[in-house]
Amino acid sequence: MSKIEPPPAGPVPFERELSLKLLGDMLRIRRLEEKAAQLYGEGKIRGFLHLYIGEEAVATGALHALDGEDNVVATYREHGHALVRGVPMQSIMAEMYGKREGCSRGRGGSMHLFDARTRLFGGNAIVGGGLPLAVGLALADALQRRQRVTACFFGEGAMAEGAFHESLNLAALWKLPVLFCCENNLYAMGTAIERSESQTDLCTKAAAYGVPTASVDGQDVVAVHEATRDAQREVRAGRGPFFVEYRTYRFRAHSMFDPELYRDKREIEAWKARGPLHTFSARLKAEGKLTEEEFLDLDRKVGAEVDQAVAFAESGAWEPVEDLARDLYAEETPRGT
Amino acid sequence: MSRLSYREGMRQALREALAADPRVFIMGEDVGRYGGTYAVTKGLLEEFGPERVRDTPLSELAFVGAGVGAALGGVLPIVEVMTVNFSLLALDQIVNNAALYRHMSGGQFSVPMVIRMATGAGRQVAAQHSHSFENWYASIPGIRVLAPGTVQDARDMLAPALACGDPVVIFEHANLYNMESEVPEARSADIRSAAVLREGSAVSLIAYGGTVPKALQAAEQLAAEGVQAEMIDLRVLRPLDMATVLASVRKCRRAVVVDETWRTGSLAAEVVARIAEEAFYDLDAPPARVCTEEVPIPYARHLEEAALPQPEKIVAAVRAVLGAEA
Repeated sequence: MSKIEPPPAGPVPFERELSLKLLGDMLRIRRLEEKAAQLYGEGKIRGFLHLYIGEEAVATGALHALDGEDNVVATYREHGHALVRGVPMQSIMAEMYGKREGCSRGRGGSMHLFDARTRLFGGNAIVGGGLPLAVGLALADALQRRQRVTACFFGEGAMAEGAFHESLNLAALWKLPVLFCCENNLYAMGTAIERSESQTDLCTKAAAYGVPTASVDGQDVVAVHEATRDAQREVRAGRGPFFVEYRTYRFRAHSMFDPELYRDKREIEAWKARGPLHTFSARLKAEGKLTEEEFLDLDRKVGAEVDQAVAFAESGAWEPVEDLARDLYAEETPRGT
Repeated sequence: MSRLSYREGMRQALREALAADPRVFIMGEDVGRYGGTYAVTKGLLEEFGPERVRDTPLSELAFVGAGVGAALGGVLPIVEVMTVNFSLLALDQIVNNAALYRHMSGGQFSVPMVIRMATGAGRQVAAQHSHSFENWYASIPGIRVLAPGTVQDARDMLAPALACGDPVVIFEHANLYNMESEVPEARSADIRSAAVLREGSAVSLIAYGGTVPKALQAAEQLAAEGVQAEMIDLRVLRPLDMATVLASVRKCRRAVVVDETWRTGSLAAEVVARIAEEAFYDLDAPPARVCTEEVPIPYARHLEEAALPQPEKIVAAVRAVLGAEA
C-alpha cells in the first residue's frame, strides 16, 4: 500500500456558479453509475461496465476547462466524460441498454459512447487506441488552422503501450495541439503501477519526449480544473502538446467481473477518505457556498434526472434486425456482396 | 493514349489528388525527401511542400492512427505504409478504429482516408519483406480493399477511393511498379467491379494484383495451345464483385483462382467457396487454386520462385481442370 496524500482541502477559488456546476456534474456521474451498477445486476445492462466512481473529479474538472468546440477522446471508462461533455444522460443510459435511442444507436454500449455534436470521439476500448487518433484530430486542426484543443484521456496502463510513446513523439515532433490527460488510478486492470512501469514517475516518461507536464491531485476538482485550464491555454497558444497526470483512484472494481483480489481493502477505504465529492462539498460548506439543504436539493434533482434517463431507456426501441448492416459504408453496398 | 508505368500512374493520381483538393495530404515513411521507398511520391514534396507531403517517424501505429484521426477531423489523408509487412504494426488502428468508427458510432462519424501499401514477394527480399495479407484486410467489414493489377487502375483507383467517404486500403504489388502499358486519357471511376481483361470460354481465370500479369501470361500461352481462358481481374477485394465472377464461371463452367497469399484462408478460398455455393451446378469440374506454398518466402531465387504462383503453375492448373494431361 503506497503512501496516500491527505484529503483535498483549502479554499475554493471559483465563483459559486462554477463550484456548483462542478459539484453537480460529479454527483451526476456518481448517481448515474450507481444506477448503472444496479441495472447491471438486474440484467438490464450487459457486456462490460467499467465504473468511474471515485474518479469523477478528473473528467469534471478537466472538461469544464475546455471549449465546446474542442475534441475529446476517451477510454472505455467514459460515462463521466460523455456526461460532462454534454451528452444527455438519457442517451447514455439508452446506449447502455442497447437501444436505438442510445448515443451510438445501440452499436457501442457502455464502452463506446460517441457524440458528434459535442465532438466526443469515443469511447475507445483498446488501451492506448485513442492516442494516435487524438494526434490525428489535432493534425487536422493544425492543417486547417483551427485553434482547437484535442483532449485525450487514457489510464496509466496505456503508458506501457507503444501507442503512448509513438503518439507523444509524433505530437511533440509536429507541435500538435493535444492535451494528454493521464488518469492514473494506480491499477491497469489488476496490475499495480509498480508492477507494470519501470519508471513510475509518469511525468518523467512524458518529459522524455520534450512534452511539458503537470501532476495534480485527481481527487481535488479544484486542482484538476486549474491545472487543465493552464495546460490547455499552452496547447491552444500553439506551443505543442501538454501532459497532465491526474492522481486518482477507482473505488469500484475494474469491471463488473472483477473480484478485486489484487488490492487491500484498507487501501480502498483510505482513498475513499479522499473522495472527490464529499471533500469538495465539505469545502464549499465551510466557505458558506453551500448548505446541506442545497446539497440535498441538488441530489434530488440529479436523482430525478437519473430516473428520467432510466424511463427513457426503458421505453426506447430495439433497432430492427433488418438494419443490422447499416452504417458500414458511406454508400450502402448491396447485401451479400 | 499515353504510355505510363504503374509507378508513374500512381504518382500522377497522387499529384492530381493533391492539386484537386486542399484537404488532401500524404504522410508516411520517407515519402518526402527520400522520394518514396518505391519512388512513387518522388517530386511531390517539391511541388506541394512539407505540410502536405509529410515524412513521418518509423511509427506505423501512430501515423496510421493519426491518419484515422485526421480523417475524423475533416481532412483527407493518404497514408503510405511502406509495405504490408509493416502494416502489421498499425493493424490495431486499421481494424479497431478505421473500420469500426462509422458503425460503432451509429453512423455519426466517418473515416474517409486511403492507406496505400506495397505488397508481395518476388524480389528476393526474404520472408519478413515478402508477405501478402490482402485476404486479411479483405475480411474486415467497414473498409474497402483495392488491388490495382494494371497501370490504368494504378492511375485511376485513387480518386474514387478518396471520394467514397470510407477507409480504403490500396495494395500495390511491388513487382508491378515498373510495368508499363498504354492507357487511355479518360479516367475510370470504378471501384466496385471486377474487370474482364480477356474474353474466353474454356475456363475462368481469376486473379488480382501481382498475379494479374502472371495469369495473363498463362492465358496467352494457353491461347497458343487453342485454349481460350477468360481472365477476370478482381480489382476490388472488398466488397467482392461476385456477379462478374459468377457470370464468367457460368459461361466457362470451369474456374482457376490465382492468389499470392498462402492457400489456407486465402482470398482464393473465399472466391472458390462462393463459386461452390452459388454456381455449383454450373461447374463441369471442381474449381482449382494456385496460391503461395505454405512456407515463409525463402531468399534463394529458385526457392522463392518455387513458392510463388507462376505462369507455368497456372497453365498446369488450367489443364488439370480441363481434364487434359498436365
